[in-house]
Amino acid sequence: MALTVSIVSAASEVWSGEASQVIARTTEGEIGILTGHEPVLAVLAEGQVRVTDSTGTVHSVEAEDGFLSVDHDRVEIVARNAKLA
Amino acid sequence: MGAQLRVYTQKIKSAQTTKKITKAMELIAASRIQKALARVHASTPYARALTRAVSAVATYSNEAHPLTVERPQLKRAAIVVLTSDRGLAGAFNSQIIREASELRVKLESEGKEVDHYLVGNKAVGYFKFRKRASIQAWTGQSETPSPELAQEIAEAVLEAYVSEQVDEIHIVYNRFVSMMTQEPTSVRLLPLEVVEAESAESAEHFPLYEFEPEPAQVLDALLPVYVESRIFNALLQSAAAKQAATQKAMKSASDNADKLITDYTRLRNNARQAEITTQISEIVGGADALASAK
Repeated sequence: MALTVSIVSAASEVWSGEASQVIARTTEGEIGILTGHEPVLAVLAEGQVRVTDSTGTVHSVEAEDGFLSVDHDRVEIVARNAKLA
Repeated sequence: MGAQLRVYTQKIKSAQTTKKITKAMELIAASRIQKALARVHASTPYARALTRAVSAVATYSNEAHPLTVERPQLKRAAIVVLTSDRGLAGAFNSQIIREASELRVKLESEGKEVDHYLVGNKAVGYFKFRKRASIQAWTGQSETPSPELAQEIAEAVLEAYVSEQVDEIHIVYNRFVSMMTQEPTSVRLLPLEVVEAESAESAEHFPLYEFEPEPAQVLDALLPVYVESRIFNALLQSAAAKQAATQKAMKSASDNADKLITDYTRLRNNARQAEITTQISEIVGGADALASAK
């Protein structure tokens, strides 16, 4: 089972798809998410979000002013400003 | 050519020129609706994700937050009025202004004083002409509103709310229902009505969700953004609705011009025929007179 990830900014959807791992920076520190992670809602710190998709490619996204939510292997990263780095 | 004939020809020409302009505006509006709608759709995932996050906090923790709690005494309310910068859109702006003043009357009858925040030249012009006060106004961006504009408006109203200058905030805008319909809508923005579907569940269910940092801080960060996204969505809907209203208004203007052209062409033909008839009867009369004089 893979993670379903969607990264959205205020104006549009930046990236979405299946992923095996997501690493993000929250205000408390870095958080890594694999499948079966418990539900989390976290405030993101400014920085990169790295998504490893099912083929192993790593996508990095600059995110600012946002949130990360995980619920039943659905990862949502919501940021006011976000763009592919 | 007789005077009557000339007048009709002139009127036909003027209707034709008007039709050219309205037809062009109709086509421009039609192409802009698609763009405006695409922007509404592009911002939907963001709004949806935020709504989900807010309802997650509301469902999995029993945090009370100043932005969601109704104050015991509601003394002052603010209305954010979203109009367009330019007219030629039928009843688009007047129906918003009517909706806003109905809301104001309702709030005042509940004993609240009302402040206004205006977006768009049309609302500003209306208030200025009637010498009514507004707290703040934004103009020049009604066609393609940016997220920054939504942020500015959100900051202004949130500051007024948090500093307890106002106790509730409403927003009035044209909702885009379809190409043919725009619905003036008023929504209470603050205090937030968070959809609490399963809030009736007992407190033991809360630890399911983990918040980082604490639920209170997450809410602190989340709610202003949520308010901002609601405002942004309203701005985008209003922009799309404006284009649809323009298209509709310009289409009926073109149709009207068409009708005028047909009507005046008939009248002109009539006048021409009458002129010819007069001329013929004059000639016949003259010939008769000459013949009888011989």
